Amino acid sequence: MSDITKQSLSELIKNIKDKKLSSTEVTKAFVERSEKSKELNVYVTEDFSAAIDKAKKFDKNPNLDLKLPGIPIAVKDLFCTKNVKTTAGSKILNNFTPTYESTVTQNIWDEGAILLGKLNCDEFAMGSSNETSFFGCVQNPIDKDLVPGGSSGGSSSAVAAQLTPITIGTDTGGSIRQPASFTGIVGLKPTYGSCSRYGIVAFASSLDQAGPMAQNVRDCALLLEVISSYDEKDSTSIDFKRNNYVKELTNNIKGKKIGIPKEYRVDGMPKEIEDLWKKGIDYVKDCGAAIIDISLPHTNYALPTYYIVAPAEASSNLARYDGVKYGFRADGENLIDMYEKTRSEGFGAEVQRRIMIGTYVLSSGYYDAYYLKAQKVRKLIKNDFDEAYKKVDAILTPSTPSSAFKIGEKTNDPVSMYLNDIFTVPVNLSGLPGISIPAGHDTNGYPLGLQIIGKAFDEQNLLNIAYAMEEKINFKNKITDWWIK
Amino acid sequence: MSRNKSEYLINRKDNQYEVVIGLEVHAQVTSESKLFSTSSTKFGAEPNTQVSLVDAALPGMLPVINKFCVKQAIKTGIGLNAKINKRSVFDRKNYFYADLPQGYQISQFKDPIVGEGKVILDMPGGQKEVGIERLHLEQDAGKSIHDLDPKNTFVDLNRSGVALMEIVSKPDLRSPDEVNAYVKKLRSIMRYLGTCDGNMQEGSLRADVNVSVRKKGSKEFGTRCEIKNVNSIKFMQMAIEFEANRQVDLIEDGQSIDQETRLFDTKKNETRSMRSKEDAHDYRYFPDPDLLPLEVSDDFIEKLKLEIPELPDEKKKRFIEKFKLSPYEATILVSDNETSNYFENVIKKSDVKLATNWIIGELFAALNEKNLEIAQSPISAGNLSKLINLIKDGTISGKIAKTVFEHMMEGDKDPKKIVEEKGLKQESDPKALEALIDKVIDDNREKATEYKSGKVKLFGFFVGQVMKVSAGKANPQLVNEILKKKL
Repeated sequence: MSDITKQSLSELIKNIKDKKLSSTEVTKAFVERSEKSKELNVYVTEDFSAAIDKAKKFDKNPNLDLKLPGIPIAVKDLFCTKNVKTTAGSKILNNFTPTYESTVTQNIWDEGAILLGKLNCDEFAMGSSNETSFFGCVQNPIDKDLVPGGSSGGSSSAVAAQLTPITIGTDTGGSIRQPASFTGIVGLKPTYGSCSRYGIVAFASSLDQAGPMAQNVRDCALLLEVISSYDEKDSTSIDFKRNNYVKELTNNIKGKKIGIPKEYRVDGMPKEIEDLWKKGIDYVKDCGAAIIDISLPHTNYALPTYYIVAPAEASSNLARYDGVKYGFRADGENLIDMYEKTRSEGFGAEVQRRIMIGTYVLSSGYYDAYYLKAQKVRKLIKNDFDEAYKKVDAILTPSTPSSAFKIGEKTNDPVSMYLNDIFTVPVNLSGLPGISIPAGHDTNGYPLGLQIIGKAFDEQNLLNIAYAMEEKINFKNKITDWWIK
Repeated sequence: MSRNKSEYLINRKDNQYEVVIGLEVHAQVTSESKLFSTSSTKFGAEPNTQVSLVDAALPGMLPVINKFCVKQAIKTGIGLNAKINKRSVFDRKNYFYADLPQGYQISQFKDPIVGEGKVILDMPGGQKEVGIERLHLEQDAGKSIHDLDPKNTFVDLNRSGVALMEIVSKPDLRSPDEVNAYVKKLRSIMRYLGTCDGNMQEGSLRADVNVSVRKKGSKEFGTRCEIKNVNSIKFMQMAIEFEANRQVDLIEDGQSIDQETRLFDTKKNETRSMRSKEDAHDYRYFPDPDLLPLEVSDDFIEKLKLEIPELPDEKKKRFIEKFKLSPYEATILVSDNETSNYFENVIKKSDVKLATNWIIGELFAALNEKNLEIAQSPISAGNLSKLINLIKDGTISGKIAKTVFEHMMEGDKDPKKIVEEKGLKQESDPKALEALIDKVIDDNREKATEYKSGKVKLFGFFVGQVMKVSAGKANPQLVNEILKKKL
């Protein structure tokens, strides 16, 4: 079968279960296509031969009752993988190989999946274009020199280019949904506390959440089912009843109330985004759901709040990378000198910028004005959603204020880069689930995404709405395989 | 509370200065595993053998609170008559050091688990109340070892993440003696509760000592200096004396005191500046986002209250009322749980008065000489109680009992057997004693004549001779009676 890599996850699983395909065939197909796609620079670490060995082993005694039987999957390089190098896209962890496995990846392997390799990402997940990675930027398969979004840029690019049937990313301020939108795929950030953070290199602990990135909503639901679990090793993990998301997936959303927040009509939003949003509203109506205008009055404060809270937590979370215990170490005259050189040489510019911002906002004399104030505003933003959800079941917005931009276009303008997260950040600040689904194209043929924001722990409803809309939208990604010679 | 009669004052020319002391005691929580990980806390293991992925701060590792340590902190709070906060928050205290793997210490800053409480001290001049400001839970750091290599520092992370309780007193202490009494009282309470073993040699109890001075009668506090990490009561007292005098000298010299952190050099017996207020770290405290606020229910606290044993103050009261001990004796016997248990075991079957004297006198002296704790006493409570009964029933004299006691200290032997084996039984048979006394008088005819002619002082000589001839076994009371008759 030459079109193995074109199949969705659900199709591959069916074919393996029906014994029409072996895990080895599937794994080899993705390895071969990955080998031909080096120009995209999606992999930081390839684990191809081990993957094929594991596939062969699986085929000898296949357990077809598992949810991901013999499926090869590449994962973002922010997930610690036992005995496989884990870099977080940083020089400072370039030589780091964990002796342990993250809970989320362990859940995936426990269902029969096989690790293909580790996917490029922005350094410590700080970025919206994958350009801050120590391992270089990733190409968007949609077009040459186009960013794949970030921070899960290697992940979005790998799924869109069909180098892995599905993947997982992490989302702190939009790092799953924005790259999904830029590459024409589905990306879900679950409710905070759904997926364990154990073994995920931390960026901002109160915002970080792992989630699936897939070619379609059904695949996305399936992977969510696998990765969402209560974990005692993560004190912020929440023990709630998790749905059987695939089984309960339905396109019947008749009578659902969908909110349209007026504050998301930001100044200078391109007309094509405005149009996409209108189209989205029509699709929702077509599905029999009701549209209700709502207000989320503190939306304007979300971005500045995020850029205080996230760097504050990051400045502390990244203190452990000091050259003492593991990772990169530069020689120094004494301890302080060693710290300074290690961290100056080991961290890239964007990470250093955020460590400095975070250190500043937590400093004595500034704490109340910045960090404490931001925490209060964060509460107000969450209250906005709580109020809205008294009237609606979910909220529909654009995923991003624009389509993918060119590599280098925003590198020297961090604020314009940060603006990319304007629609996604409030969701993280409120701990809510959000999904981006591909919904159309701009004039260049670049994909555009719509975001649906749900109530906490209401992923099923969110997936159902996305599933119903997906059917109406009937999106086709325009991938030409330009990078394959 | 009555005022301490023996005030501790520093005198200079016409001025008298009062010393104001507050203590931040760091007490290691008695717990099998660390505050946020499952690693062992056992003392004395090979370096870096009790370190989990969490303790070493590997990427993606997360802290999970050890519920047992929370219970221990709450119990300690109850023992300190303190308010238990049903909601407390863990914060990160950020600073870089080689033995701090996370780059921050998880501690409690704004919302500690235990609030205000109090401790009563028994001072020679009467009781003194010392206020407790708060108690919070925090992680210990690892240990940097600088003297193994000329160029490198080695780090041992066995201690990294071990649970500590920081117990902050109000500035209520006024002398080194009060500090001594306070630390001992804290230690005693925690040992009763089983929440800290109080072992200062192993670093289970250390303190930062805040010292300031002010002219006697002044209501204002002086500028304080903090002496960091003092690990014995003796050093605390020495450090306070030095520091208070240093501050007084500065004031007398017309200089001001800089608020600073100092360290105590135990070899030179002096405090030295570590860092000034300006150089103080900015720890950038903020709530640890990896941990939810710690919430405990009333029910949880009430259940723990049921686990609280009789504490030293109550026990002292009971000993005085029930056993008619003096406050002094009671204070000594309740100082730690092992001692009071030992005492109560001894008096189960023996005379209280004798037992009290023997424990506080002979036993403590003997243990002290051998540098042993009461728990390691070679003499079991049962055998001490037998010894006391042998005295009480006249089988042996108090003097012989001391000989028997010495034998018992060499190994826990039944005193009855020692008395039998060594033939130490007291001679109380009047006929046998008469024969003995007749012989002594016979051998000392001249002295007997002198006695009869009025030299009554010689009576003692005859008693001594009888005891000598009987190898100390003669019943002294009977000897007295018979001698009087015979002479």
